[in-house]
Amino acid sequence: MTSAFAALDLELIAMQLFSGVALGAVFVMLALGLSIIFGMLGIVNFAHGNFFMVGAYAGVFVMERTGSFWAALLVGPLMVGALGLLVERFLIRPLAGRSPDDPLLLTFGLGYVLVEGVRILFGSDGLPFATPEELSGVADLGIGYFPIYRLFVVGVVALVLVVLWYGLERTRLGLIVRAGARDPEILRVLGIDIQRLWLWVFGLGIALAALGGVLAAPMRSVNPEMGNVVLGEAFAVTVIGGMGSLMGSVVAGLLVGIVVSMTALVAPEMASIAMFAFMALVLLIRPQGLFGKPGLGV
Amino acid sequence: MQTLDQTVVDAPPGAVKPRRAPGVAGFSRWRAPLSILALLTLPFLLPSQALAVNVLIYGLYAVGYNLLYGYTGLLSFGHAAFFGTGAYVTGIAIGAYGLHPLLAMGLGTVAASALALTVGAVSIRSRGIYFAMVTLALAQLVYYAALQASSWTGGENGLRGFTVSRIGLGPVSLDILDPQVKYLFVLAFVGAALALISRILASPFGAAIEAIRENETRARACGFDVERSKLLAFVLSGLFCGLSGALSAIHLSIVPLDSLAYHTSGMAVVMTLVGGAGTFFGPFVGALVVLVLEDVFSLWTPHWQLALGTVFILFVLFLPRGLWGSALERLSFRRRQS
Repeated sequence: MTSAFAALDLELIAMQLFSGVALGAVFVMLALGLSIIFGMLGIVNFAHGNFFMVGAYAGVFVMERTGSFWAALLVGPLMVGALGLLVERFLIRPLAGRSPDDPLLLTFGLGYVLVEGVRILFGSDGLPFATPEELSGVADLGIGYFPIYRLFVVGVVALVLVVLWYGLERTRLGLIVRAGARDPEILRVLGIDIQRLWLWVFGLGIALAALGGVLAAPMRSVNPEMGNVVLGEAFAVTVIGGMGSLMGSVVAGLLVGIVVSMTALVAPEMASIAMFAFMALVLLIRPQGLFGKPGLGV
Repeated sequence: MQTLDQTVVDAPPGAVKPRRAPGVAGFSRWRAPLSILALLTLPFLLPSQALAVNVLIYGLYAVGYNLLYGYTGLLSFGHAAFFGTGAYVTGIAIGAYGLHPLLAMGLGTVAASALALTVGAVSIRSRGIYFAMVTLALAQLVYYAALQASSWTGGENGLRGFTVSRIGLGPVSLDILDPQVKYLFVLAFVGAALALISRILASPFGAAIEAIRENETRARACGFDVERSKLLAFVLSGLFCGLSGALSAIHLSIVPLDSLAYHTSGMAVVMTLVGGAGTFFGPFVGALVVLVLEDVFSLWTPHWQLALGTVFILFVLFLPRGLWGSALERLSFRRRQS
């Protein structure tokens, strides 16, 4: 009798653990973009959550036109990434040399513009975003049945991580990016156009946020305000992981996802509070985050 | 205070310019009374009395925020937590416990200060750019806590049922529903707060937090206790923001859940920056401009925040010292020329 209950509990816990990982995978995408942008440009992007939201809407837009989820997954983030390039070029670059608070404030103001822009284009009400047919249903993994779509999300994020890791650690461009994060001045002396590097890194960070938005769309409701909700969550994850640390983003993202879904199992009403309480706890023990070094830096 | 202003004015050109606009020496002693005089004229200038009261309340909110951002140099994105706590505690104390409105407001202000002490103690441990993120995340914590504690706070519907129509002050009883009485009632608190803030800024502590803003390492080397000064500035900032929240509860007779939301935290930043961070009266100018903008734009479009965001971006790009800050700067420049 007791063992039957234990088995049931174990299965439930495994299920919940897995949905935590799927939830965390989206946090990883958000925190990665934030961290990459901060690590390279030294900017905290306060519009990050709103770019995530714009990504979800771009996904909706492409899906309506083409009817294909795969096109939405690919084209949506590219469109939003291109928007990110424009933002870097025309809004953030003019602030070079000013206090680090200024780009932060600017992106905060940009958040209002993005939210209202989406409201004007798509309306203020939320939009449905159905799970694509080929990815709906559940799969039996031996320990339990899991929704295929969530498995897919984890898979896509894992793929992105591998590509990013390879790009950063194994290519010439990655070497330049890492050098730029450490010492932009020397890089400029070596004849590398750091301005252009910053432009593309910013675009990449935004595209990652948008990809997170498209991936999360079938799991969350798509509405213009979702970005502001997500921003706080992304910050909590980034603070826990350590700003500018990619490893920290991954570990903290998954950890927070699991903490949230486990709390939901025990006390559902505490789930939204859990991640912020977790962040406060981490801050008290390690103010620089789990993987961050004291002070600023990558 | 005069010497402090002087050093700012005499800062060498080309150095990284402080956010705070140079004050006009000798003016600082009169800034609180002059501000109150200026605020007395508001009801005659604005189209509605409710708008004027809102300018007072949000102006005080921005002034409290400015103490931390403009004067101490700490960019917080979580001040809605203190505004909202001040409002909620005031409303609950009146509605559920039948406390005297003034006592309830005091309680709300104290509660906001206590929360600021907690949030400040956690967030000040994180340096630089983290600070904005941590304060934002902690304010979200408070928001979700209020959302869940719906038996106390009314959850998503906001807190209702504590309408204050008369406030008894010993022998007199103020009819708070009379717009003029209400304006003067709110102004009394705002004026007292301004006098207190002016006094704080003129004190050695005021000089210490400005020193921290200008150069934290140097302030530490000079022997200032940087952490404690920051924490005290944070608590004082939370106190004034809590008081503005308490006033808003009395004014609206309802506390919307939104008063704890990210948007409300953002409003403090917008108003302070548009008016002029680190100037005494700037936040009121910012509150006035933003609220009038909202009033005008929302008449013909529901998308007034598009204008708000655009205006804010333009200010960050081209007028980072804000309206009042830039005006003061121009004034002191002319004085130096002559």
